[in-house]
Amino acid sequence: MVDTLLASLTDGLLIGVVYGIAAMGLTLIFGVMNVINLAHGPIMALGMFGVYLLFTQFGMNPYLALIPVGFFGLILGIVIYAVAVNRVIDAPHLSSLLATFSVNMIIIGLGTALFTTTFRNVDYSSLGTLTLGPITVPLTRLVSALAALLVTGLLYLFLQRTRLGKYVRAVANNRTSAGLVGIPSTRVLAFSFGLGSALATIAGGLIAISLPFTILSGSTYELKSFVIVVLGGLGNPVGALIGGLVLGLIEGVVPVFMKTTWVPVLEYVLFVLILLVRPQGLLGAKR
Amino acid sequence: MKAWRSPGLWIPLVIVVILAAYPALTDKASTRETVFNVLLAIGLASSLNILLGYTGYVSFGHIVFFGLGGYAGFYLIDVLGWNLLPAALVGGAVAGSIALLLGLAILRLRGAYFALATIGILEAMKALVINMDFLGGPTGMELNFQVYKDYGGAGQMLWTVYWAVAAIALIAVFLSFNVKLSKFGLGLMAIREDEDAAEVMGVVAQRAKAYAYVLSAILPGILGTLFFFKQGVIEPGSAFRLHMSIELLVMVMLGGAGTVLGPILGAGVYQVLRVSLLTSDVALLGLRIRDIQLAVAGLLLLLIVLFIPSGAIGWLRSRSNVLRRVLE
Amino acid sequence: MMLEVKNVTKHFGGLTAVNDVSFDLQEGQILGLIGPNGAGKTTLFNCINSVYPLSGGTVTFRGRQLNGLKTYQVAHLGMARTHQIVRPLNELTVRQNTVVGACFGRHGHTLRAAEKIADEVLDFVGLAARAGMPAGSLNVAQKKRLELARALCAQPYLLLLDEVLAGLNPSEVVNMVAIIRKIRAQGISIIMIEHIMHAIMNLSDRVIVLNYGSLIAQGTPDEVSQNEEVIQAYLGDPDLAERLLEEERA
Repeated sequence: MVDTLLASLTDGLLIGVVYGIAAMGLTLIFGVMNVINLAHGPIMALGMFGVYLLFTQFGMNPYLALIPVGFFGLILGIVIYAVAVNRVIDAPHLSSLLATFSVNMIIIGLGTALFTTTFRNVDYSSLGTLTLGPITVPLTRLVSALAALLVTGLLYLFLQRTRLGKYVRAVANNRTSAGLVGIPSTRVLAFSFGLGSALATIAGGLIAISLPFTILSGSTYELKSFVIVVLGGLGNPVGALIGGLVLGLIEGVVPVFMKTTWVPVLEYVLFVLILLVRPQGLLGAKR
Repeated sequence: MKAWRSPGLWIPLVIVVILAAYPALTDKASTRETVFNVLLAIGLASSLNILLGYTGYVSFGHIVFFGLGGYAGFYLIDVLGWNLLPAALVGGAVAGSIALLLGLAILRLRGAYFALATIGILEAMKALVINMDFLGGPTGMELNFQVYKDYGGAGQMLWTVYWAVAAIALIAVFLSFNVKLSKFGLGLMAIREDEDAAEVMGVVAQRAKAYAYVLSAILPGILGTLFFFKQGVIEPGSAFRLHMSIELLVMVMLGGAGTVLGPILGAGVYQVLRVSLLTSDVALLGLRIRDIQLAVAGLLLLLIVLFIPSGAIGWLRSRSNVLRRVLE
Repeated sequence: MMLEVKNVTKHFGGLTAVNDVSFDLQEGQILGLIGPNGAGKTTLFNCINSVYPLSGGTVTFRGRQLNGLKTYQVAHLGMARTHQIVRPLNELTVRQNTVVGACFGRHGHTLRAAEKIADEVLDFVGLAARAGMPAGSLNVAQKKRLELARALCAQPYLLLLDEVLAGLNPSEVVNMVAIIRKIRAQGISIIMIEHIMHAIMNLSDRVIVLNYGSLIAQGTPDEVSQNEEVIQAYLGDPDLAERLLEEERA
């Protein structure tokens, strides 16, 4: 029992970190511009396919492939912002929700036609497994979790230490004032959307290395990201990491005690309850 | 009654009546199915509009009431052997009661938080139903086709359900108009424009919003029973489909949120467009339109949101005073 | 007694925005509420009509204590207000805006009765010609009048006016002052926040002065304008001090 629990716990934590950076992308965008990016899932799916194609077509190491995939996410996000979001940034919520959802439909529509909906996977099991006492984990999971932590660290340094990162935080804090002191807020917004999308594609890529996927898989992870974001506080990137761990733990540990099908019930009930009781999230919202 | 003479009421009613009568005149099954989908969408979109258009609360998971009503009615018919009509009414009542309970809780949330909560509730409900063995769990329930005999066989049943859905669509439009021109509706619109200012003026927002939420849930619940009775099967994936929820939002936006005619127009245009995209042979950049119909619909939605956010009817109303008087 | 404010205090975190303020208002009077910018005047309004829960003290309106009531309950009891930063219901017409006031105010009129009142009030404030326009399309002066019209439509006992004269040109001010006089003539009690001194000194029966959240003076307009502490307070705001002194000379 303890062994199973330990194994589940480890599994949960490892996948939780990856969920965490996916949610970080979502929460970063919300924190900066108050937009819930409903194209988040499909962007993650594009990250999955990015890693998949670079790995299968060009034989690239899937972890190295995350770099060009992340860069692609950045550009894609900036384009999405410019085309779909900028015009509705100050409009009522419904507008930005529907604008990003229309991007979701476009990506899924084209993606389904291009890639079909058959399952793919990045077969990188050659990395082997790691055994520590009762726990055996595929090394890919461990490396993915470490990569996710690395990305988190880089993001943190970027936001705290670089001029552009400070701009992002300033715009998140108060767009009007940031504009008044000469920060090019539209460009910072576009960049932030790009950054959020880059995190999404990287998270997608990391998931693709461990789990099979289709172009539609993103929506599952998008919903998970919502749960995580709310757990950690909307707009709070550090909260997202913690929220990811919590969700990972729930997914890892709950099936030990009850049917797996109860996991989503718990997740979503928790999600709604937190929105109601503590909308600032467990750790508090942005700022 | 003054309302009956208002073109804002009879224009949409006449449109729906003509639309509903059309398949009976042509007597073609395929036409009836297309119009059935349009009428269903009119009923659902007009109901959603009460919450979305009048009250300004974005329910992303509104289809949950369609699914709940569907499950409730289906269970009564399939397991307890009820007749369709009472089952459908109970389906509506179940949807309305659950909306009241949920509404009292989540209508305190505003903006994005409310929208997220509705998605959460839809997904939670779906996940919950999957675990309910008496509702058939993940595979759902299937009607014994013998049941249709009570309704004059499958062929006759299709017409019965068709007329029932048409009637609900008419009721939805009638309701939509009457709410909009009532004191209650005025309170809702005040909430939409500025909830705090509305409360300072004396609008009891929490109560008004809860009523609006319940009103917007009842007809979808009835429609759920009717729809899944016709399908003969119900399962969690088809009853609680987030995508369908968002399609409803698109219809309301397309026609014009907060207008009576808008959801009707939006439902019609969206369904017709969907069918024509699905059957189109035209190719775009080497991809057949029918394969990328979702992307084309997405592009269309984006264009509407970016350039005519008030929807077709809203746009027309803003163009001329005459139209403003005639169209509601 | 129309309104009794006793020891009302409001903290925001460590900041005390309103500090132990007490005053009362007789029926049918106009009470002027003045003070430098940031003195807590609007916050005090928000405490009176229950927008904010009080940190301490009581507000009693026509014999009924308001603590813990919701803003709409206060509205139903017969208190209406305007907002310093206008809050028109933009997409609704000017007429609909006022109908909301009448429908949900003290009497909770039916739609038809409310429409009649709305038309009278719109006529009274001079917005009848704009009745069919979306409220969002009005200019600032018109929006100020709409705020007032909405509040009047509620047929309140007490009207809280938050800078209805600000941003108006001199002839509009004259116009508005006349309207306020007429409102008082109908027997409605008024508390008004205002920076335009000649207007407030002319209109008010009594004036209270707020500075840094505390009540520093109250009395007739004459008494208040000669109060040392008040002049001191306004010297922190040279512009207003200047104007206050000018009023006195005039």
